[in-house]
Amino acid sequence: MNPEKEFPIQRVIDEEGNLVGDRGGVTDDQLLSFYRSLMTLRTLDQRAWNLQRQGRIGTYPPFSGQEATQVGVVAALEQDDWICGSYRDWAALVYRGVPMSYPLLNSMGHPVSGHIPEDIPALPVQVVIAAQILHAVGLAWAAKLQNQPRLAVTFFGDGATSQGDFHEALNLASVVKVPVLFVSQNNRWAISVPVSRQMNTPTIAQRALAYNIEGVRVDGNDIVAVYQTVKSLAGRIREGAGPALVEAVTYRLGAHTTADDPTRYRPSEEERALSHGEPIARLRRFLEKQQLIDADGIRQIEEEAKAAVEAAVQEAEAYPKAAPETVFDHVYEELPPGLRDQRQRFQVEVSERGGARG
Amino acid sequence: MGRVAKVTMIQAINQALSLAMERDSRVMVLGEDVGKNGGVFRATEGLLENFGEARVVDTPLAESAIVGSSVGLAVGGMRPVAEIQFFGFIFETMDQIGTQASRIRFRSQGRYHVPLVIRAPYGGGVRTPEIHSDSIEAFFVHSPGIKVVTPSTPYDAKGLLLASIQDPDPVLFIEPMRLYRAFREEVPDDWYEVPIGEARLVREGSDVTVVAWGPMVPVAEVAAQKAEQEGISVEVLDLRTLSPIDTGRIVQSVQKTGRAVVVHEAVRTGGVGGEIVSLIQEGAFLSLEAPVQRVTGYDTPFPVPSVEDLWLPDADRVLRAIRTTIHY
Repeated sequence: MNPEKEFPIQRVIDEEGNLVGDRGGVTDDQLLSFYRSLMTLRTLDQRAWNLQRQGRIGTYPPFSGQEATQVGVVAALEQDDWICGSYRDWAALVYRGVPMSYPLLNSMGHPVSGHIPEDIPALPVQVVIAAQILHAVGLAWAAKLQNQPRLAVTFFGDGATSQGDFHEALNLASVVKVPVLFVSQNNRWAISVPVSRQMNTPTIAQRALAYNIEGVRVDGNDIVAVYQTVKSLAGRIREGAGPALVEAVTYRLGAHTTADDPTRYRPSEEERALSHGEPIARLRRFLEKQQLIDADGIRQIEEEAKAAVEAAVQEAEAYPKAAPETVFDHVYEELPPGLRDQRQRFQVEVSERGGARG
Repeated sequence: MGRVAKVTMIQAINQALSLAMERDSRVMVLGEDVGKNGGVFRATEGLLENFGEARVVDTPLAESAIVGSSVGLAVGGMRPVAEIQFFGFIFETMDQIGTQASRIRFRSQGRYHVPLVIRAPYGGGVRTPEIHSDSIEAFFVHSPGIKVVTPSTPYDAKGLLLASIQDPDPVLFIEPMRLYRAFREEVPDDWYEVPIGEARLVREGSDVTVVAWGPMVPVAEVAAQKAEQEGISVEVLDLRTLSPIDTGRIVQSVQKTGRAVVVHEAVRTGGVGGEIVSLIQEGAFLSLEAPVQRVTGYDTPFPVPSVEDLWLPDADRVLRAIRTTIHY
């Protein structure tokens, strides 16, 4: 078997912005709306990087390069579908409706960033690699048992496929046949380890064979291909087809986090070569070629994005600080007596120090 | 008035599971061999027949998957009761318990919580192969966000398990294997709950307090009887819940007796016993007539069956510790 042949990369728009597949039902308006979202998210991501460099936020894990996968997947879901992502999946959450200030607040150490707004069925971002994949299986299972027509989608990276939880999740999901979509964003790097050292298989999608589930490889920088792939898989999953695995082939344009320096391990030729096909430039080329947008339109979208991000930065920086003692408030539903005493002592100590440091 | 019958601990656990599943369609049982086989100890016997395979699930042999998917099930509106076949195998799912089940409420600032019960048989005295007898409760007492409950009688097993299933937070419910069928006790057929977080006064006494839980409670009781023959009046507390610990009850008792012995099967260093000694000296220092004694397993892996009787705390070791506190 030649896995790369068996699991060809689905693509609709190539690096140069040429239509190489079937656009299907994706309208011009949808494409422009995608472009707006991608541009806003990219602007947010770059701003977050700069804020960290200015010391205004803490460590931040950029998602630049992966916007098309995250937005394309979420756009193909229903409002009620669960989203379980990792720390690099804020683009998916923000596109679903989580305030743009949340990823910033998260890197500022504000606990509210874990409190996903009530109307959005998504888990807080996951730090442990691959742990959320099992949660998605459980959420999908709960939906099935309660006859809810919803599915669960989980995002994870190429590194996560080396974890035992990845295997346990796909196997269990296949055995109990629950409505879950596994989305592996193969961005080719797990911090400093290239995908070639992560696995000895040319694709991630081929793992689906081992679990007897559907596996699809898609160009993760092509939002139309991602959207169409997930739209059709989600439809089948909703009808009871069981789980599926998507490998979205993409590229981490930046560092692992603001604390990482990829020049230590990543060849600059690769960065140059693979950055060319990144999702936003690609979509812009397509929109220009199709004459769906001109220079003014592009500038206008960029300005709108900047304004939206500026508002988010202001919101994050003006966000009321959490009282330090609230650290005790969500350990259990009710504070056990011993913890109640600790909370009181903590409060006294904090006030003796003159309150929380800013 | 409901009926009362004399049952073993394993029967009481089975009753609790059955009642909980009858009352609440969100309650489900999942784990290895819990379905057709009814569990390797028969804790889940009859559940598959009564409640069907959607709610009584034989999972693949994967502990992390059992707990990790249970986290999702719980957040998604179900009330999973997961079984880890032997407590020692819980190492396979430390991450899903330590960083996930116990932290979802905290991480989400109360947006989500995990009403999950993880049941696991534990403790020695039944000649198991390696890893089947470990008492590793301290790891979980050291993990904020999860409660740790362990019964020592059929009555408490049923009432505590029902309370655990009703609890909005994750509960690790560890069951002393050697007590599963050790004795019968009158247990009501109907629903009742034993509150989590409250120790039980097993026996009143005035000279020394023995604090024990799970498999060590009957051992403490025998030691107390032997001590009585020597004229020493022993109070025995069964903690029943290890997290949160019923500090008030322990301190109150030691303030009365002035002496204490803590007994556990688990290895000595870093064990829950050390924590209890600490709570006693914080809360009852001026009442203490003697240093608090610990009777525990040794700091080795759980031994092979030919050695385990010598390794495990027994009534004579507890009695010697009681005498030490009296004759200090």
